Amino acid sequence: MTGGLEGLVASPRAWVAILAIGAITYGIRFSFIHLFGQIDGVPTRLQRPLRYVPPAVLAALVLPELVSLRPTVAATLLDERLVAGLVAGAVAWRTEDVFATIASGMLTLWLFRFVVFA
Amino acid sequence: MRGPVLDEDLLAGVRDVSPLMLGIVPFALVAGIAAVDAGLGLAEAVGMSVVVFAGASQLAALELLGESAPLAVVVGTAAVINLRMLMYSASIAPHFADYGRRLRAGLAYLLTDQAYALSVAEFDENPDRSRWRYYLGAAASLWIVWQIGTVAGVVLGANVPDVLGLTFAVPLVFLALLVPAMKDRPTTVAGGVGGAVAVVATGLPLNLGLLVGALCGIAAGLATEVTAS
Repeated sequence: MTGGLEGLVASPRAWVAILAIGAITYGIRFSFIHLFGQIDGVPTRLQRPLRYVPPAVLAALVLPELVSLRPTVAATLLDERLVAGLVAGAVAWRTEDVFATIASGMLTLWLFRFVVFA
Repeated sequence: MRGPVLDEDLLAGVRDVSPLMLGIVPFALVAGIAAVDAGLGLAEAVGMSVVVFAGASQLAALELLGESAPLAVVVGTAAVINLRMLMYSASIAPHFADYGRRLRAGLAYLLTDQAYALSVAEFDENPDRSRWRYYLGAAASLWIVWQIGTVAGVVLGANVPDVLGLTFAVPLVFLALLVPAMKDRPTTVAGGVGGAVAVVATGLPLNLGLLVGALCGIAAGLATEVTAS
């Protein structure tokens, strides 16, 4: 456990960080929602690239959590997270059901962690 | 006036976001646990979840705070991680453009990966929806669960068993949102390239890999669209 004193010392630093990150993050969130409300719509040049925001950003969030590049191909592929991700991805593709996707991914992870690699 | 808030569109947002909570709850628990590990108390942990309300950046900031990294690095890293929301903001802005400034300011505070991805998919498929109500239903539900989960994480602390790998549900949530977003060739290429580049660029400082991957994915999607037409 962390002591009370350490918590107190960490506090002002933490609050400065929290408020600064919060202010910057809110500025990012409001940026275009604010701007495009003022100027009446989105410039047409921007509309095409924006179509690719969901797949590009979501994939950039997901894949590094499933794949770690290791020295050999076999070591990279034989990863419980990658196998579980592939199963969940297939379920997502077939069912488009969020619950089934998460459940199948977790069950596959546990299968590998507690049965196959145990 | 805009009519009652608790209507069908708002409830549709609540309903559609509910299965995602399987991944949000462990994510929020970890945010609370990480705050304790970094030496923060309950007030700071909840303060961070309320003021920042962006999980990935919170975890990175907490880790750096725990290592006593310089404040500029802590804030800079969190800011870079959250820069992706600039793209969400631009992408969802046309749907909110007709609303008043105060409503837009409030909706912006609740912008998250999940609320964004669910809402733009729904607006695409179901143009008759009240956009702000659907979005609010999803986004406010996420906010409430995020705060409760953070408190639970602080209280439970290290008592949550790590072997179960519950945090793996976090990328699974993103995966469940990603797959339907890859609905044709250009969007599939955008996802494939974005993900692959992000994996290769994992080691970049300040977590820049996410941003580099996303931008490469968007460029690849555009290039595919141009070649196809």
